[in-house]
This record gives sequence, C-alpha cells and structure tokens, in this order.
Amino acid sequence: MSTEKSIWRKAYEWHEERLPIISFIDHVVGTKYPAPKNLNYWWNFGSLAFVMLAILIVTGIFLAMNYTPHADMAFDSAERIMRDVNYGWVLRYMHSNGASFFFIVVYIHIFRGMYYGSYKAPREVLWWMGLIIMFLMMATAFMGYVLPWGQMSFWGATVITNLFSAIPFVGDNVVAFLWGGFSVDNPTLNRFYSLHYLLPFVIVGVVVLHIWALHIPGSNNPLGIEAAPADKVPFHPYYTSKDTFGIGVLLLVYFAVVFWAPNSMGHPDNYTPANPLVTPPHIVPEWYFLPFYAILRAIPDKLLGVAFFAGSILILFVLPWLDTSRVRSATFRPVFKLFFWVFAAVVVLLGYCGSQPAEGLPLVLSRIGTALYFLHFIVFLPVLGWLETPKPLPTSISEPVMKPAK
Amino acid sequence: MANTVNAHAADAGGETRRDFLLHSTVAVGAVGTAMMAWPLLDSMNPAADTLSLSTTEFRIDGIESGQGITVVWRGKPVFVRHRTAAEIEAAQSVDMSDLPDPQDDASRVTKPEFLILVGICTHLGCIPLGMKQTEPRGDFGGWFCPCHGSHYDTSGRIRRGPAPENLAVPPYEFVSDTTVRVG
Repeated sequence: MSTEKSIWRKAYEWHEERLPIISFIDHVVGTKYPAPKNLNYWWNFGSLAFVMLAILIVTGIFLAMNYTPHADMAFDSAERIMRDVNYGWVLRYMHSNGASFFFIVVYIHIFRGMYYGSYKAPREVLWWMGLIIMFLMMATAFMGYVLPWGQMSFWGATVITNLFSAIPFVGDNVVAFLWGGFSVDNPTLNRFYSLHYLLPFVIVGVVVLHIWALHIPGSNNPLGIEAAPADKVPFHPYYTSKDTFGIGVLLLVYFAVVFWAPNSMGHPDNYTPANPLVTPPHIVPEWYFLPFYAILRAIPDKLLGVAFFAGSILILFVLPWLDTSRVRSATFRPVFKLFFWVFAAVVVLLGYCGSQPAEGLPLVLSRIGTALYFLHFIVFLPVLGWLETPKPLPTSISEPVMKPAK
Repeated sequence: MANTVNAHAADAGGETRRDFLLHSTVAVGAVGTAMMAWPLLDSMNPAADTLSLSTTEFRIDGIESGQGITVVWRGKPVFVRHRTAAEIEAAQSVDMSDLPDPQDDASRVTKPEFLILVGICTHLGCIPLGMKQTEPRGDFGGWFCPCHGSHYDTSGRIRRGPAPENLAVPPYEFVSDTTVRVG
C-alpha cells in the first residue's frame, strides 16, 4: 500500500505533464530556489512589497465597484464609499494607506540594494526592472491621488501635468494632450482612472521580469560575495517562514495606521471638493514625492527644475556604472558606508524641505540637499571606488562564522 | 528549413525572395500598427465639444476702479482688473531691462484701464492671488502665486520667482463699451 502512489500524487503528476506550473512556482519561490543562508531581515522587503501590491490590487478592484469617475460625481462617490458602502471606509483607508506603505517598503528595498551593492554586475538589469517598477508606482500613485477629486487632487494634477509645459516648443500641446482639454477637467479624470486601473497590472508584469532577472544570478547577500552552493538553503521553507514573520510585523504596523491614524499621511485640503478657481495656499504632494518635489523647487528656473527633477530618478539607472568599486557590500567599505548614510540623511532632509513653503531656510537647505544628492552619484561614488581601500573580503559565507574566535 | 532557404539563395548579396517577402511583410505590419496607434493617441487630445467651448462674454461696467473680477473661459480663470491711474502709471514706467520677459504695457492691453489676463501662473499652473482686496499682491502690486512664489506686476508681467513668462493675454475684443468677448 505504501508503495502505491496516492490519488493526490497521481493528480499532481497528471497535471504537471500538461501544465508544469506547480513545479515552476517551486523553482521560483519554493524548495528549488537556493538562496544564500545569511540573508538578514532587510531581505524581507521584496516579499513585503509584493504583499502590499496584492492588497492594493484587491482593495482597488472593490473600490472601483462603487467609484464614479466623473468630475461632478467623483468626490461624492468617494464620500459615499466612506459613509454608506458596507466596509467602504476600511477598503478606502487600506487602499490610500496601502499606497504609502507600498512606498515605505519599496524605498527600504531600494536603500537595501544601494547599501549592499545589489545593483552591481551581474544584476544591472534586475536593478533597472526595479526602477521601472518604482517609476510605474509613482505614476499610478499620482493618478490614484487625483481620483477623489478634492482640492489637493486637482491642484496636484495641475502642477504635475504642467511640468511637461517646460518642454521647449511643444510643451503646451503636450499638456493639452495629457489633459484632453484646456485645464484639468473631466477628460483628465477619466483617463487617469483608466490608467490607474491598468498600470498595477503592468507593474505585476514587470515584477515577473524583476524576479526572472533575480533568478539568473540568484539573490545578493549581506557580504556581497558569491554564495557557494554549500552556503545556500532552499527558499522554502527557510525564507518563506522568515518572510511570513516579516509580513506579520508589516501588517501590524499597517493596520495600526489604517485603524487609528488613517489620515495621518493625507492632507485635510483633499476633503474639500476640487475648485478650479481657487488654489490652496500651500500645495504639497504625498509624502513619497516630497524629496523629488524639493529638488524641483530648489532650482529657480522652470526648465532646469524639471530637468533636475527627472534627472534625480533617471540617474539611478546609471548607478551601476557610477559606482566604480567592485566590492558590493558596504560592510567592507567603511568610507562608502559613511557616504551612504549621509545620502540617506540628505534624502530625508529633502523630504522635509519638500513639505515646507519654498522660501527662507527650507529653500536654502533644499538647494544644499539637491547639490549633495547629485554630487553623491556624479562625484562621490566614482571617486570613492578609486580612493577607498576596502576591508578584506571573506572567501566564503561560512568562513567568518566557522573561524575560531580570536 | 535552412536547407530550403539555401537552395533558393540568390546570387551575389545572399538575399532571397523569401527575405524580401519577410522584410516587406514586417514593414507593412509595422506601418499598419503605427497607423492604428494614431487614432488611439489622438483620441486623448481635446475633443470637438471641448474645443467648441471657446468664447465667453462678460460685462465690465460694474467693476469699480481698483477692483477686478474673475470669469471662466475654457475652464480657466480670466482676471479682469480695472486698474487705477497709479497702477497704470507703475506698469508703463517700468524699465524694460528689469523684466525677465520684456513686454511693453501698451502691447498687453486694449484699453489701459482694463487689464485682461489668463489667471494661471506660467510656472506650474496655480492661480495667483491678488484678485481680492484681502489677498497678497506680491512685491510689485499685481499678483502673487502662493505655490512657488512668483511675483507679477500691475501689467501681469513676471518680476521675480520661478515663472518663465508673463501672465498670458487671451484673445479678446470689446463687443461694446461695456461688454468683452474672450476667445
């Protein structure tokens, strides 16, 4: 009896012969994907990002069933979701705060990659796919913020679409094309809704490419050295369980905000219906755009401001070549480690400046921050690779822990 | 398959009829796809009904000197300010070399008392403050944009701040002494 295959085993084999999807998943995030055994908790954030994306797509699908994408009705339909639709408030707060947590998780994921040099050869395309995901996230989040059609929705949309008017010669035509009219209006809301529904699925597609590119060299690790087969463990159950713990912690924090501080990352002006004739005295984007917004406002020229704004993201695409050091992990690069934390502090400082009116001290600080941001990539990283003497690398992941203590 | 192709291989260049068919099919397909993309993209441009909402008429006889009104044209605010003699004097006496976007005041008005402008900051599209008595008018007595701090003078010209151009003058005409048509 025990040698006989169970009915489940037979069903599995029958299905595998026809569509080997279960074994495929096992190779992607299961027992057949060997991952370095020394991954720390910073390596949780890829899985956590996937969880947030799933939460956003699911809540978004159900919100769409009660939302009306029309300039006259959008604001009221969002309020109806909050007041009348069963559990509408929890769906909306999960969705709006979910976007914030998606950015928190992804920004940590990106800083993890920068600290441990995960963008370096042979993972440049993996890094690019991640940056494309970040760009799509920004576009999706921006268009989603327009949908409730409050004052911040309207004026945020106006300011950001007007960035394109800085393009020489065709700028005004490009902006009219984006708006479908002469100002942000119903056609704009309609197309933003269409694209806000589409882009998350495009993100899912690029996530597939991101994971595919990850599986060619395999995961980087905190030591940044190649992991020998003996230094790897199967992703399942080792990292599925470690990630599950991380998901539990993430959900605790996320739902604490959803239930007890759901508007803490929003702006009260967005509870005022959009008014095309009154600009709020102080327009601020959502927090995850603030560092880039500070860079935009730090430059006193419109075209140059937009160029630096776009450049602050585009420069990340060439990061693998700007960083001339062949040592990946900051663990073995004491000077780089210092510059990394200065850079992280600069990004936080820029975020603060972006939230303040563009005058006085915040304006001065945002100009210093903008200079440091670009200097980090254009000067510090290339030069550090030549000047810095890295600490000796261990020959294997096991070596440092197997060596007897001195 | 490769053998079949080789059997048909042409003389000098190595080009075959099959290559020609392949390349021309791909070319026609690419052109066809591009032609299909145009209607998709052009559908996003302003539609005929949006374009048709292109003129607005309003009366100016109720606007006292020193005051102004905001009317809506193509979904945008249009500022109409009845300027005082002092404001006109200030606008006309500016040295052109002080202006980031030099324009004579006379070229920006039909009647000097009535300044008519598109009320949208040329930086990033916010609506400058200054139409109400209680609002700040900036350091040059015209308008002040709260978003990124652009100052406009009493002719709506940019004087300081990130905006690259003067407030736009819309196409308009005096239908009568008291009525203006914009658009």
